[in-house]
Amino acid sequence: MAHTPRKIFKVLVANRGEIAVRIIQAAHELNMQAVAIYTDADAGNLACQLADESYRVGENLAYKSYLNIENVLKIAKEAKVDAIHPGYGFLSENAAFAKKVEEAGIIFVGPSSDTIATMGDKAKALEQAKKSQVPTMPSTPVLQDLKQALEQAEQIGYPLLIKAIAGGGGKGIRFVANEKALKEQFNVAIAEATSAFGNGGVYLEKYLENAKHIEVQVLGDGENVIHLYDRECSMQRRRQKVLEEAPSPSLDSQTREALCACALRMAQEVGYKGAGTLEFLYDSKSKGFYFLEMNTRIQVEHAITEMVTGVDLVRQMLRIADGEPLAYKQSDISLRGHSIEVRINAEDPQNNFFPSPGQITKLQCPTGSGIRLDSMLFSGRTIPPFYDSLVAKLIVYDQTRPFALSKLKRALGEFKIEGVKTTIGLFKKLIAHERVQAGDYSIHFLEDYIGGKYGV
Amino acid sequence: MHEVISPIPGTFYRKPNPDAAPFVEVGSQVQPDTTLCLVEVMKTFNEIKAEVAGKIVEIKAENEQFVNPGDVLFVVG
Repeated sequence: MAHTPRKIFKVLVANRGEIAVRIIQAAHELNMQAVAIYTDADAGNLACQLADESYRVGENLAYKSYLNIENVLKIAKEAKVDAIHPGYGFLSENAAFAKKVEEAGIIFVGPSSDTIATMGDKAKALEQAKKSQVPTMPSTPVLQDLKQALEQAEQIGYPLLIKAIAGGGGKGIRFVANEKALKEQFNVAIAEATSAFGNGGVYLEKYLENAKHIEVQVLGDGENVIHLYDRECSMQRRRQKVLEEAPSPSLDSQTREALCACALRMAQEVGYKGAGTLEFLYDSKSKGFYFLEMNTRIQVEHAITEMVTGVDLVRQMLRIADGEPLAYKQSDISLRGHSIEVRINAEDPQNNFFPSPGQITKLQCPTGSGIRLDSMLFSGRTIPPFYDSLVAKLIVYDQTRPFALSKLKRALGEFKIEGVKTTIGLFKKLIAHERVQAGDYSIHFLEDYIGGKYGV
Repeated sequence: MHEVISPIPGTFYRKPNPDAAPFVEVGSQVQPDTTLCLVEVMKTFNEIKAEVAGKIVEIKAENEQFVNPGDVLFVVG
């Protein structure tokens, strides 16, 4: 046996899709058993096939199944698991869920419920950033009324964003170009936040015209914390990431070290445990970076960091949760080569990215050195209409960024998914664009590109 | 009578969110641009409009029911 678990002999994966598959595979490599959960639409999916046991968690709608804390805990007890890995999305950053898992005497694979409650709350995380002397976007406290909003806006300067404190995943954000727009949108934003998140708290934040989204991966065991460098995730549509690369092509080494040191300091000051990500906006003109928020979970794009650092993040999460100290020192971590991930979604780029659930009639996957496919696909499988449209992540690794792009082009050419529409074709065109080739794209690039600004 | 048909497969929601009141009830007066329901597919929410002016005569789908393209959702009279 290559590895003997200490406390976690059986782990429940409280998720679905490709990340459930990824976690089950990591658990098996550590000689842990894995338990999958599924809905009617997900019965027989790849996670269920690979897991040692699988249990029906509820009806198809997410709030009746994957988001239902009681149902998930009931299965955890029935299956007698030692730990629960929440993956990303669903309950992964739900402090109440983490607390109930802890109270049930089950190990939550991730930070403590207290850390999630602090760092998962945008306002509290920003306070912590300021305490840790990490630069933050000029912003206001939670606003009481329009009068206060107008006064504060005057101090920061337009353009601005109105942000909901309970928002996330790109939701609950409104752009205001000037005072008139703020007057028009302020109360609408509060009503929208109340309706969408059950919390009407909003604040204002400065808006950068050509911002890049750069994030830093951290890993801790509650005492020692290290960073695993940066990822650039500026390729976004409706504030959802679609392509990510590590390391960022935009940072010089001095800025990279400064950014990573800042992120690390903040994670160290909260005694972070598990895998986490600190997100920043970066202004390449001034080389300024500003902390946005922290994700207290594994992320979709974790694989590119794994490729360039050689650290298996999901394995490390499980080992840390199992009670092992962090297996790496900061000096063990260095960057090697370049990695790019594209998110393959069952969507139709020709029809405003309309979702395309349905049966996979044919599947041909790219292969070869430096190609990794994290996926839930197999031929004949039906992609259900109830959940996220992410069906696969194509990850490439090569010595340099130009070679990684060339490999991605080759891999996308080999990748065939029939039966549903996917975003493969979009990526083929996108990565040929000179701005992408040069690494010169901001968080607004993709929407401008789709809108025809670059002559497409 | 006008039948409002789902153009897409997805989950039928009568309310904008779980705590809100339904968009319309039987007897509600509607205009062509009145939103009658949402149909969600893969986290994309699509507003379905009445398309005609009139009164809601019948609501054919149940809240949170899965509907297919071509299913009748409402009858407007």
